[in-house]
Amino acid sequence: MTALPAGESAVPVVSAVGVGKRYGPTVALHDVSLTVHPGESHALVGRNGAGKSTLVSILTGLSATDTGHVEFGGEPAPPLSKQDDWKARVACVYQHAMVVPQLTVAENLFLNRQAGGGFSIGWKSLRRKARELLDSWDVHVDVDTPAGELSVEDRQFVEIARALSYGARFIVLDEPTAQLDSQAIERLFERMRQMQAGGVTFLFISHHLHEVYEVCQAVTVLRDAKHVLTAPVSEVGKAQLVDAMTGEPGGLSVRDAASRESLEADAAEILSVDGLSGDGFRDVSFRLRRGEVVGLAGSNASGKHQVAETVYGLRPPSAGTIRVDGKPLRPGDIPAAIRAGIGCVPRDRHHEGLVLEHSIADNATLSILDRIGRGGIASPSARRAKATQALADYDIVAASAEQPVSDLSGGNQQKVVLARALIGDPRVVVLINPTAGVDVKSKEALLAVVDRVRAEGKAVLIVSDELDDLRLSDRVLVLRAGAVVAEHQAGWSDGDLVADIEGVELS
Amino acid sequence: MTDVMTSPTTQLPAPPRRRKAVWLRELALLPALVVVFVIGGLVDDTFVGWSNIVSILTASAALSLVVLGESLVLITGKFDLSLESTMGLAPALGAMVVIPAASAGFGVELPAAIGLLIIPLCGALVGFVNGFLIVKLKLNAFIVTLAMLTVLRGVQVGSTKGKTLFNLPDSFTDLATTTFAGLPMSVWLAAVLFAIAGWVLRYHRVGRALYAIGGNREAARAAGVRVDRIAWAVFVVAGILAAIGGLAYTGYVGALGANQGSGMILQVFAAAVIGGVSLDGGKGTLVGALTGVLLLSSVSSLLNYAHVTAEWQGAIYGAIILVALIIARYAGGKPQT
Repeated sequence: MTALPAGESAVPVVSAVGVGKRYGPTVALHDVSLTVHPGESHALVGRNGAGKSTLVSILTGLSATDTGHVEFGGEPAPPLSKQDDWKARVACVYQHAMVVPQLTVAENLFLNRQAGGGFSIGWKSLRRKARELLDSWDVHVDVDTPAGELSVEDRQFVEIARALSYGARFIVLDEPTAQLDSQAIERLFERMRQMQAGGVTFLFISHHLHEVYEVCQAVTVLRDAKHVLTAPVSEVGKAQLVDAMTGEPGGLSVRDAASRESLEADAAEILSVDGLSGDGFRDVSFRLRRGEVVGLAGSNASGKHQVAETVYGLRPPSAGTIRVDGKPLRPGDIPAAIRAGIGCVPRDRHHEGLVLEHSIADNATLSILDRIGRGGIASPSARRAKATQALADYDIVAASAEQPVSDLSGGNQQKVVLARALIGDPRVVVLINPTAGVDVKSKEALLAVVDRVRAEGKAVLIVSDELDDLRLSDRVLVLRAGAVVAEHQAGWSDGDLVADIEGVELS
Repeated sequence: MTDVMTSPTTQLPAPPRRRKAVWLRELALLPALVVVFVIGGLVDDTFVGWSNIVSILTASAALSLVVLGESLVLITGKFDLSLESTMGLAPALGAMVVIPAASAGFGVELPAAIGLLIIPLCGALVGFVNGFLIVKLKLNAFIVTLAMLTVLRGVQVGSTKGKTLFNLPDSFTDLATTTFAGLPMSVWLAAVLFAIAGWVLRYHRVGRALYAIGGNREAARAAGVRVDRIAWAVFVVAGILAAIGGLAYTGYVGALGANQGSGMILQVFAAAVIGGVSLDGGKGTLVGALTGVLLLSSVSSLLNYAHVTAEWQGAIYGAIILVALIIARYAGGKPQT
């Protein structure tokens, strides 16, 4: 065993030294080193495509490294074929559920080892063992619940407990906060601290830098497949961290609506929503004028997504009217909404935003196929031309418009969705979580486009969990439990807005 | 080793290579087709003669129309097993309103033109019902169309009392017996319909909508595609194509058996899948599907030339389909999901 560096009290839980990986001509990881010490929470940050996923797949034994080596607790990593040995050392809780939704929590916890070495499964003891396991880590979930019915939060805890039950004390959390609201995030962090005290080490991946400061002790930044920086969190400022991720100084430069000229008083009203009610919200009314940006904020259960989806016709309203330029819109009719001049970036690009295996051209032109040529003719060359223009307009990094969107990074995929929302030159743009799961630089690019179309005179309705997205808004409506409870003019303070979103009074 | 690496290119996507590759993949079955013809030529010189090629094309015509319908349904992400029964029932009903009761007809003896009109209408009706059950009521396509397959076959056997219909009017067999430029009209009809459908898939918004629906239904809906309406219409179109395919088959055989089309759904699916149409939807071309049909028809012809006895043809044919699926899997390079 090599001598420990001065100041380190123990052998690192995991150390990757000079790790490199290439897929064909693409270098996914180049000479990256990472050392995680026991009992710490180590943040791994970087833009989409920086190499985080590749590093995680190497650290968790899903793929082999081309160069360098990985050690756990000072011993070389087991060969890839010995997955049980890997499970005893490390586990990753992914954004997407890795449970069998139809089976109970108990069975999921002990999948493929239900019998515990015996011949037949003892259901009673299986459930008892599951309950003991969850209790020992203070996870309060009924072991008889089908895993598919768990909330995201509970599902993550169950997956963490499962990893711990294999003996692993090093857990990779891949964007665990992406689908949680702020109270759940708080509970997750609290639990992480408890588990840390119990000897568990975390590698924490997140796009939200403030979370890094809240819960991590050390941070490693990857950029363009290379290692950029590793430091204690206390020694790097937020701006420095953003610079390290983007490779250029400046940080997130989102224009605050308060800094631009206020809306012309006589700007024409384009979208009028009156007394709109539906699944999860009731009696919501607002107006959107030319060149105006209105934000909708609220927790995940506030109904803000549903309001925006109803405006675009993705959901039928139960009451109320939506008018574009004074003309009432047929409720729940997306083609009618598009014809009336509404474009939309739906909530989840994988679920309803993109056909992943199809080309950029196919995806970008999907909503204007009826307008490309006469009689519905939409020739490949015309579609390609439209899409090639979009590549330039929205700064989409791709080899050509023929490339399948599944090849693109998350940020570029989201730009394709935005391109499609704007390709028909709509007057109203509905953006739902427009920057979810994209890196800092793509986020800037996306928001710059929003700012641009606003300046062109389009009206923008933006729904987001991220305050940075809402800064573009002339005003932000806050929803709580399906009703509008507050309105903030541009220039709001983060604290006030968050207090309204969470329904807490700031004294 | 590390210094050999060039600068990281994670941000730069792979170079453009797709358009050529797409064509290569569509024609991936041509080598297999060549192999079949080489073997056929070795077995018997006349296998590669014009008359056998015409007979392979004629046999392909009926199958290809059903494969065309099925491919459209598959691209939309659904499937339809009942097409094989539509193939039998639609022409049977059309014939029975025309032929006299003595020949097992209904005895109404309507003009042949009406009988011919009933054929596609019957296919459309079956497709309409399938579409209603699957798209509107959201029942499972597998079990719905399997039940429909059984129902339709039962109706045909019941109404014909299991008899084969002979004494068909000439107009029922014209499709396969009249020729133009040396090829039967059924071959020309199939060629024209394939060309039209292929054009629509590539150049028309409805065609692109089919791919989008099959690729990601929700995304297609969010982009303003009328998903349900189009998916439903595709079932109707598939039913019509299967009915016309049935008519072509009747003309080719010269009579209309109570089991016409029975078991053909295997060939239909095999041709489509071998040709690269994905069972998951959103992927596949008609050129691929067509080469799949030609390959299966050629193999079938080869079995006859090789004097494989009728009793063993089923087993060997099925085995060859399995082998063809394996070859297509590796030639195409992608899992046949």
